[in-house]
Amino acid sequence: MAILGMVALVASILGLVFWQNSGTPGHSPALANFGVPFKLATTKGGELDSQTLKGKPYGIFFGFAHCPEVCPTTLFEMSAALKELGDDAKDFRLLFITIDPERDTLPVIKDYLANFDPRIEGLVPTLEQLPIIAKGFHIYYKKEPTSDGSYTMDHTATLLLMNRKGEFARTISFEEGRATRVAKLKLLLADQ
Amino acid sequence: MKTVTQFAFALALTFGAIFSANPSQAHEIKLGDLVIHHPWIKQPPGNATVAGGYTKIDNKGKEDDTLLSVAVEGVHTVMIHEMKMEGDVMKMNELKDGLNIPAGKSVELKPKSYHLMLMGLKSAYMEGEQVKGTFTFAKAGKVDVDFEVVAPGVDMPMKH
Repeated sequence: MAILGMVALVASILGLVFWQNSGTPGHSPALANFGVPFKLATTKGGELDSQTLKGKPYGIFFGFAHCPEVCPTTLFEMSAALKELGDDAKDFRLLFITIDPERDTLPVIKDYLANFDPRIEGLVPTLEQLPIIAKGFHIYYKKEPTSDGSYTMDHTATLLLMNRKGEFARTISFEEGRATRVAKLKLLLADQ
Repeated sequence: MKTVTQFAFALALTFGAIFSANPSQAHEIKLGDLVIHHPWIKQPPGNATVAGGYTKIDNKGKEDDTLLSVAVEGVHTVMIHEMKMEGDVMKMNELKDGLNIPAGKSVELKPKSYHLMLMGLKSAYMEGEQVKGTFTFAKAGKVDVDFEVVAPGVDMPMKH
């Protein structure tokens, strides 16, 4: 009887723990599961394993170097926002993942990012890795042929912010101005 | 050369916001009933081989005209594109038949909208550099213009 009582008690505690976990505001299981683990070649040398990112907040932006507007503007605005935050954002990393690995080799991306904030790091997936990571982060991309026989890319222009636990926290859209970017980064950095 | 360019870009990153408050002198080019305002190119990052070109064209005439093509010195291909946001997706649409400039109206080529897509830059641009180009219209014909290279992060050097 005593054993049965213990089992019931343990079961109810476990139940309570699970109930609490699933009920934590702002951390619904769907959002916590957003994204996929990845291991991608990085401009900082070697591969970046997403497991090593835990404990520090980071941002992810998918773009490409032949991008005339959205990508340079996003990188420029984020560089300015990070400069403004200074040491407060010293642990923050922004991962720029190319959706055009055919043209964007590591040296191309490294040079492309050379003048932006050093907290911005370029990741180059293989053609096999790209669809998996894009799908995992709900990123749309599509090659659009141009009349000169070349191509450009349509793509999701939203930047994703991930918290210290590696969970999706919030987005920064292309249209949002610098003050909003800084405010959202501050919220992310304050989130323990 | 690359180092110099990168240094210039870094400077532009640092001072872009300051420069943007002092727009460079706007210039106008007249061609028949058309007025082309201050063509400019946004300085692209690092080794980028593409850049966006912008301007504003007034049609003071009674007939529509069409911007058929643009050539820029030292650039392999220039296309007329429309950028559209569909939800959070950025889409590029090439205007293969050119850009209509309606009678009595102004059409602005600006970031996040119609723009010239310069593809295959032969050398990196420096902020403040003048780049020669040619606009070709269906009715008004051809005109030579100078594009000014503007710091990255500047959206609107023309303040009217």
